[in-house]
Amino acid sequence: MTFVAKPAVHHPRLPVNDLGLTRRDYEGSVSTLCAGCGHDSVSAAIVQACAELSIPPHRFAKISGIGCSSKTPSYFLNRSHGFNSVHGRMPSVATGANLANKELYTIGISGDGDSASIGLGQFAHIVRRRINMLYIVDNNGTYGLTKGQFSATNDKGSTNKRGAPNLYEAIDLVSMAIQLGASFVARSFSGDKKQLVPLIKAGLMHHGMAFIDVVSPCVAFNNHNGSTKSYEYVRKHSETVVAADYVPAAREITADYAPGTTERVSMPDGSTLHLYKVAEDYDPHNRVEALHYVQSRQERGEVVTGLLYLDPAAMDCHDILNTLDTPLNQLGTGELCPGSSALTAINESFR
Amino acid sequence: MSVTYNDFVIRFANVNGSGSASANGMFAKALFRMGIPVATRNIFPSNIQGLPTWFEVRVSAKGYLGRREGVDIMVAMNAETFGEDVASLKPGGYLFYDNTKPLASEFHRSDIHEIGVPIAQLLLPEFTDPKQRGLFKNITYLGVLTALLNIEFDVITGMVSKQYKGKDDLIEPNIRAMEIGRRYAFDYLDCPLPLQVKRLDALGDKIMTDGNTAAALGSVYGGASVCAWYPITPSTSVVESFERYCNQLRRDKATGKSKFAIVQAEDELSAIGVVIGAGWNGARSFTATSGPGLSLMSEFLGLAYFAEIPAVLWDIQRSGPSTGMPTRTQQSDVLSAAYASHGDTRHVVLFPSTPRECFDFAADALDLADRLQTPILVLSDLELGMNDSLSEPFDWDDSRAYDRGKVLDARALDEIGRFGRYLDVDGDGIGYRTYPGTHPSKGAFFTRGTSRDEYAAYTESPAAYQRNMERLLKKWRTASALVPKAEVVSNGRRNGVLYFGTTALPMPEALDNLAEEGIELDTCRVRAFPFGEEVEKFVREHEQVFVVEQNRDGQMRQLLVNELQVDPARLVPVLYYAGLSISANEIQSQIANYYSVNRISRMTEVKS
Repeated sequence: MTFVAKPAVHHPRLPVNDLGLTRRDYEGSVSTLCAGCGHDSVSAAIVQACAELSIPPHRFAKISGIGCSSKTPSYFLNRSHGFNSVHGRMPSVATGANLANKELYTIGISGDGDSASIGLGQFAHIVRRRINMLYIVDNNGTYGLTKGQFSATNDKGSTNKRGAPNLYEAIDLVSMAIQLGASFVARSFSGDKKQLVPLIKAGLMHHGMAFIDVVSPCVAFNNHNGSTKSYEYVRKHSETVVAADYVPAAREITADYAPGTTERVSMPDGSTLHLYKVAEDYDPHNRVEALHYVQSRQERGEVVTGLLYLDPAAMDCHDILNTLDTPLNQLGTGELCPGSSALTAINESFR
Repeated sequence: MSVTYNDFVIRFANVNGSGSASANGMFAKALFRMGIPVATRNIFPSNIQGLPTWFEVRVSAKGYLGRREGVDIMVAMNAETFGEDVASLKPGGYLFYDNTKPLASEFHRSDIHEIGVPIAQLLLPEFTDPKQRGLFKNITYLGVLTALLNIEFDVITGMVSKQYKGKDDLIEPNIRAMEIGRRYAFDYLDCPLPLQVKRLDALGDKIMTDGNTAAALGSVYGGASVCAWYPITPSTSVVESFERYCNQLRRDKATGKSKFAIVQAEDELSAIGVVIGAGWNGARSFTATSGPGLSLMSEFLGLAYFAEIPAVLWDIQRSGPSTGMPTRTQQSDVLSAAYASHGDTRHVVLFPSTPRECFDFAADALDLADRLQTPILVLSDLELGMNDSLSEPFDWDDSRAYDRGKVLDARALDEIGRFGRYLDVDGDGIGYRTYPGTHPSKGAFFTRGTSRDEYAAYTESPAAYQRNMERLLKKWRTASALVPKAEVVSNGRRNGVLYFGTTALPMPEALDNLAEEGIELDTCRVRAFPFGEEVEKFVREHEQVFVVEQNRDGQMRQLLVNELQVDPARLVPVLYYAGLSISANEIQSQIANYYSVNRISRMTEVKS
């Protein structure tokens, strides 16, 4: 496997965004994942979301761990720096990156092995630390690169390719994220771009920890009958409770939604998030109720999708730490060094 | 009776959590303020309250700061350890104890002096609160000692007033408790003892502080803005001090906002991950840990070495392996630091010996990390990190600007052709890096722990992989010229002694004592790995080099053998690893013994 650059030429009539850039300016190199891999759809959704948001394509920091999912930051936003780090440790690297420069959009890409097994501790703690970032788990319930072992998000009773069932309880990262203090929690399906793109946009614009669990079937090892993470199973069993649509500040259009079922949430940048409730009895602002709803549906074998929990007023880690508005990585000797006169007084305190 | 001034070891035996630390600290500080060289050692248990703890003060007019065997004065305030405390006194020593209850007959020694003071009884009518009585015991024995040892009383009372400034209602009872002890001593004891102190002018502008405080302050001055850590003895006070100084020195005047971010992580894996993430994104960052933490951080250190990311790691070493003796000192992480992680890795390691050097190396390490784009490990230990010690004052040159290394900004990117992150443009093995978000269309690259070519593109090409590994070796050679040089004193003697870190503390005394035995040695204090040419030269020019270190396996010696391809027989291990700091006596006896066993001629024998 080697690095393959995409050809730079593109169709002259590709739509341009507010920056005059096309979707191609937000792409990465050619994916080396299997044809039909759900992860490539997630990457494509990220490209579309970032292009539609008109964020300069070099203003992201893409961090990942290890695994198929963690390779994907190569496949979007080529103009931004990426960091494919250590297995299960994306959250700590993302924390450091975000602390160093609060102005970049931090995107963390992880997988179910990366976040629910080896990195479960880091997942839990970055959520409670409330780093301002978009944290996506490409969740396929299996270890792809090592060829098909069950992961910790694989449902109990779900079978592998040879028909052997998974004997252990599944870890639900969505429930954990809600419980641990994420202020934006969503679940989606890689095969549902219409739902996923607005969620990614909203998650990027959200101030605080935005977590999206994306069920993303593994065509090589976990897309057979008996798997609960296959295209077919998810299509049949998923239930959207709250559809979201991200509307930039300048162009709010309300006509698309039936009155009474739409809630408008103001975002920090002046834009609006429209929440379209499909399930009348679902309240995405109530942490306890949301957790209860997600888990009771899960008991029935249903995959609840959409924007499941939102606290638009939450603080992020920089707010908690009360850091300077200027990114820390832009401070020089003059701002950081207290100088020799302060040291004279400090020396005196040791005499 | 002849009087000895300013030359003794006093040990306080206390129960931990009983409030003795502040009284004992004041004792040492008072002597320091009288201009007398002192070194303190806190020998404490891995426990919060109720177990034995000792505080030792070495007083030495000659300025010997290392540990010396044997105790001259024992302040025995812990019933549980009383027997061993009495036994540790040198013949002719002084046993100070509370004789409210009479001394049991089995503790009597005919070869020492017993000084009993009924401390509990004296305090009973003075303080009604039993908790206060317990705390003031310490202050009362301090009062007795001022009389016995001839400590200038106004120096101590001045310190009490300063320590409790703002809590003024505590000043009077403290001074009262001290005067109760002092008055009793003058009334009932022969004061002062033949072993006493006398004002000296031996300290110049020296300060008294500990290495962890110095490391923290150096990190503030060196521009660290992100710090992530996980609490572990004996490193914890590095970050606690860093936070204290940041709150004091790193707040924006107008807004009160912080020019720093400190994260107490969920474990050491995460702590180093945060440091590496911040370093990758262009902020100076560091962590502090100890041996077990270093083990946990090893995978990430390999990533940072291979992906070439600046990071600074302070390892305040303690006794290993495993949890070992977590509150005892050692120098046993030398090899695990130098070669941390899987695959072919080598890390730059610095070895500070004094608080001043901790301060300097903290700032230097941040410069080196940026310049070399690699982790810099600083190996201190509990002895240096947690004990107050004499030091040159801290110094900062206001004309110094941080060396951020080879970083291209947007303008520089516009001026060059194709950007290659891992191209060795200057021939020193170090490529140019860019911070994320610098330029709209140029300079972005993908950082990874997998193999890549000069343009940061993933590759499994054997040639590209090997080219990269060779370039990292070239960078390693560049590093050997940039790290702090060893301190070498060479007078053409046949044999030499090589040491590092806190092994330097007892070395002047050991060398003086050896010289009296006719053994004269050239010296080399190693301050960094990779070893510079001066270390190689020192080893080459001496027949035998004693390598003195505080671990079982002679780790520095192994490193020298491995890196300098030197005949192991020429490097003689001098080892101590029982958890206390190595003493001058230990060094002297091991080296002298080697001379005797191998019949190496001594200067005195040559002369005769």
